[in-house]
Amino acid sequence: MSGLSGVQAMLSRFGGIRPSQQNIVLAIVVVVFAVFSLTLDRFFTSGNLLSLLQSVSVLGILGVGMAVVVIGRGIDLSVVAVMAIPMAWALNMMAAGTSTLVALGLALLLAVLIGILNGIFIAYVEVPALFATLAMGAFVYGFGRSQLFNQDIVFLPQTAPWLSAFGRAYVLGIPMAVLVFAAVGLLGFLLLRFTRFGRFFYLMGDNYLAARITGIPTRPMIVLQYALSSTIAFVAGFVTAAAVASMNTRIANSTLIYDVILVVVVGGIGLSGGKGGIRNVVIGTLLIGILLNGMTIMDMRYTTQNLIKSAILLAAILVDSIVNPRDEQTAQQGDI
Amino acid sequence: MTFYRCVLTAIFGLAMLSTATAGEGLVDPGRAGYVEALKGKTVAFLPVAMGFDLAEGWAAGLRETMKAAGGKLEIRDPNWSTDAGAQALTSLISEKPDLIVVHNPDVQSYARLIKKAENTGIYVLQINMRSSYSSDGYIGADWKAVGEAEANAIVRRCGKGTGTSGKVAIVQGVLTAATSVYQIQPILDVFAKHPEIKVVSNQAADWDATKARALTATVLQQNPDLCGVISFWDGMALGSSAAIREAGKTGKVFVVTNGGGEQMACNNLASGSFDDYVSFDVPRQASDMSDMIKVLFQSKLKPGQIKVSLYTPNKILTKETFKPDACWSMKDLPKD
Repeated sequence: MSGLSGVQAMLSRFGGIRPSQQNIVLAIVVVVFAVFSLTLDRFFTSGNLLSLLQSVSVLGILGVGMAVVVIGRGIDLSVVAVMAIPMAWALNMMAAGTSTLVALGLALLLAVLIGILNGIFIAYVEVPALFATLAMGAFVYGFGRSQLFNQDIVFLPQTAPWLSAFGRAYVLGIPMAVLVFAAVGLLGFLLLRFTRFGRFFYLMGDNYLAARITGIPTRPMIVLQYALSSTIAFVAGFVTAAAVASMNTRIANSTLIYDVILVVVVGGIGLSGGKGGIRNVVIGTLLIGILLNGMTIMDMRYTTQNLIKSAILLAAILVDSIVNPRDEQTAQQGDI
Repeated sequence: MTFYRCVLTAIFGLAMLSTATAGEGLVDPGRAGYVEALKGKTVAFLPVAMGFDLAEGWAAGLRETMKAAGGKLEIRDPNWSTDAGAQALTSLISEKPDLIVVHNPDVQSYARLIKKAENTGIYVLQINMRSSYSSDGYIGADWKAVGEAEANAIVRRCGKGTGTSGKVAIVQGVLTAATSVYQIQPILDVFAKHPEIKVVSNQAADWDATKARALTATVLQQNPDLCGVISFWDGMALGSSAAIREAGKTGKVFVVTNGGGEQMACNNLASGSFDDYVSFDVPRQASDMSDMIKVLFQSKLKPGQIKVSLYTPNKILTKETFKPDACWSMKDLPKD
C-alpha cells in the first residue's frame, strides 16, 4: 500500500490539478493530438478532424447510452445487438414494402421494449445486470436473425434513398453523424445534470441501498435507464445504416461492445457507478478516435492497432485503481 | 395373288410391330445406374454461416439437385463461429452423411477434421475457401485470378497514360481467411510490374462496411488524389464507396471489388458505387458442386481417392459494359 500511496502523493503534486482519471486521460488526448499534429502529414486539417469525429460518432453515441447505465451502477451488454437488430428489421420491412415511417416506428418500439425487459429483469427479478443484458443481447440477435429476417447483412432498399442522403448530409460543414452524437450527448448531459432522474441515477450508483431507503423509486429508475440506453442504441443503429447504406447484424458478435466499455471506462466513468458524466464519454471517444485515425494514417497493421488500443485500456484501468483505490465502505458484493 | 397378299400382310404386320416398338421407346441404359447412385443419398452443407448471398445461393442449388435426385440436403449453420463449425463437423462425421460440403472459415481450423471425415468414408467437397488439406474436390473462386483481375482493373484505370496519381488503397477482410491470404500476393505481384501504381494503404476492415468507411475516409483525407480502392468483398466495399461519395469523389476514385454476383452488385455498378466487379458466379458454383456430387456418387471411388479442383471462371463486370441480367437475385431463390 505504501508504494501506491507514494504514487498517489506524487501524482497529487501536479500543480494543484486533481489527478483524476479524467484529467490524466485528457492530458493523454492532448499529448497524442499534439504529437500527431506535428508528425503526421495532413493530420491537423479540418477535413481530417471531421472525418476522425465522424468515424467514432457511433461509438460515442453508444457510449452515452452506456454511461447512463454505468453511472447507475449497471452495465448494458446488449446495446450492440439492439443497435443492429431493430434497424436491420426496419430495413427488411422497408424492402418488403412497409412505409419507412411505420418500419422505423415499429423498430424503435422493439428497441424500447428490449430495454424495458432488461430493466424489469434487473430491477424486479434482481438478475445481475451483467448476466441479464449478456443473455438479452444474444437473445435479441438470435430472435432477429431467426424470426424477423434471415439475412446477415440487410441492405438499404432502393426505395428509401433519403436515408442514405441523411447519412451523407452535412450541416454547416459538419457531418450528420457528428451532429447526432452532439445532440445525443447534449440530451444526456441535460438529463444527468438538470433533471431529478439524473440526480437519482448518481445517487443510486453511489449507494443503492441508501438511495432506496431515502425513498427514491429505484426500481422504475433502473427500468428507465435501460430503456434509455436501448433507445440511444437504436439511434446509433440508424446513423450506422444511413452512413453505409446497410446494416451488418454480424456486428452483434463483434468486439464493438468492448470498445463501448473502453470509451466509458477510459473516459473516467468508474464501473462502480455514481461518478463521471457525458464529458468523460467525449474524452474517451476522442482518445479512441485520434488513435484510430493516427494509426490508419501510419498504415499500421490491424493486429498492432488492437495491441495499442488494449494497452491503453490496461494503462487507464491501472491508473484508475491507483488514483482512486477501492473504497471499502461503498464497494459492494457484485461490483464489476 | 394370295401369295403376294400374304407377303404384303406380313410386311405390313412387321412394319406395324416395329412402329409400335418405336412408339413405346427404348430404355435409357444409363439412367437406372444414375438414379440408383443418387437415390436416398444425404449431403450435408456446412457454410461459415447462412443468411448471406453466397451461402444461400449455394444451399438453394444443392437443395434443388438433391431433391430432384430423391436424396436430401442437411444444413448446419455455425453462424460465423469457427468453434461451432468444428463441433458441427465433428458431429456430422459420426452421423455419416454420404457427402459433406464444407466452407472453411480459415485455412487451418477444419483441415484435420476433413481428413478424418474422408477416412471414415465420407466424401468432402470444399467450397470457395480452401483449407490447407485438399479433399475430394475444391469448387470455388480462383483467388489468384480474382486478385489479378482486380489489380489489372486498377492498372487500366490508374496506370500509365491515365493522368491519375496512381495511388491505391487496399482494404482486406479478416487477415486469416483464405480469401485474404490467397488474394493479396497476386495483386502486389501485378503492381510490382507497374511501378506507377503506389499502394498508399493496405489494411484490414474485418468484412465490416463501417470499419471500411472510416478507413477509406481517413485515407482520402491523407491522399485527396487517391485513384482507386480494392476492397476484398462487396459487402465491405459499400463502406468504401460511402466514404468516397461523402467526399464528393464518386467516379474519380474507383472502387474495385469482388463477390458472388448477387443483385446488390449490379445495383451498385448501376449507381456508380462500384466501378469494376469480379464475380465468381454463385449459381455456376452451385451447379459445379452438383455435378461433382453426381460424379462422385456414380464413380464408386473411395473418399480421398481423387483430388480435383474446379475453379469457377471469373465474370468481370465493369460499370461501363455490364448487362443488367449479369446478376442473380437472392429474392428469387426457391425457399426449401
